[in-house]
Amino acid sequence: MTELPLIGEAIAVAAEPRLAGAKIGVVTFPGTLDDRDAARAVRLAGGTAVPLWHADTALGDVDAVVIPGGFSYGDYLRAGAIARFAPLMAKIIDAANSDAKLPVLGICNGFQILTESHLLPGSMIKNDHLKFLCRDQVLRVENSNTAWTLDYEAGQEITVPLKNQDGQYIADEKTLDALEAEGRVAFRYVGFNPNGSRRDIAGISNAAGNVVGLMPHPEHATEVGFGPQSLDGIGGSDTDGLGFFTSVLNKIVGGAK
Amino acid sequence: MPRIVVDVMPKPEILDPQGKAIVGALPRLGFTGFSSVRQGKRFELTVDGEVTDAILAQAREAAETLLSNPVIEDVVNVEVVEA
Repeated sequence: MTELPLIGEAIAVAAEPRLAGAKIGVVTFPGTLDDRDAARAVRLAGGTAVPLWHADTALGDVDAVVIPGGFSYGDYLRAGAIARFAPLMAKIIDAANSDAKLPVLGICNGFQILTESHLLPGSMIKNDHLKFLCRDQVLRVENSNTAWTLDYEAGQEITVPLKNQDGQYIADEKTLDALEAEGRVAFRYVGFNPNGSRRDIAGISNAAGNVVGLMPHPEHATEVGFGPQSLDGIGGSDTDGLGFFTSVLNKIVGGAK
Repeated sequence: MPRIVVDVMPKPEILDPQGKAIVGALPRLGFTGFSSVRQGKRFELTVDGEVTDAILAQAREAAETLLSNPVIEDVVNVEVVEA
């Protein structure tokens, strides 16, 4: 499917036709908000987005999965706690841990679901300032070797939207030290820590690098006219988040850098 | 009908932002005797019939797997309350 830009004459990205064969599943739970944006980001990057429903008992033939943001089950109990036990999550957990190492990206509530699933260590608690916060956030890509960051350079700074209330990443010191030592801190907040996260951590990966979770929203920075640049010009690009999706698509079709 | 009460608290080493906000609000209302507040959760599981050891074991397992997240919370109490 070709995505037409909603405004302006600029095409967001010249997607490579060879990527279209790669299928990225996008999971919808009751209360998910950003599934359509995530699917659109997959298409803008050149891939094929496949809608997945939380109650599905099979993953089908998807090559990777995005667990988007929102408020699954109204954030009742704890953010992500109930979604973690959805039938489809069992399949995703198995596939992520299998030899095939299914690439999985959890964004915001998706990140919370991945920690509740124990695919990623640590947890998120309420922002230290107790408020919901929405802003354009500068991140540093600390690890460009995960399935979702191959198209970035290590140390590269990107700007993507951030919007959450339970975004304070915490883990015990031992876990944090291990994450740092193993290069599993994938993204760090730059200039401003928006939620009190330990060691400015915005996102992490599992040991194999196929599972990545982060609080900010790369899927909201994939289209010219709708990214951070158009809001306040703080130096980012409207499409800084697109690399997440091109990274995994290139990896799937075998053309990674 | 009997109920099983499960109490969950944030781990002591975890900063409890909600408790911190509450302790800030207390003196504004004249409640000046409290130096700290921690906010937890209480679950009431209603049992149809008798609370057997097996049911109680289920409640303990549910408390550890679903009702709490061991990374950030402790199950501090599981007890049977007769209606």
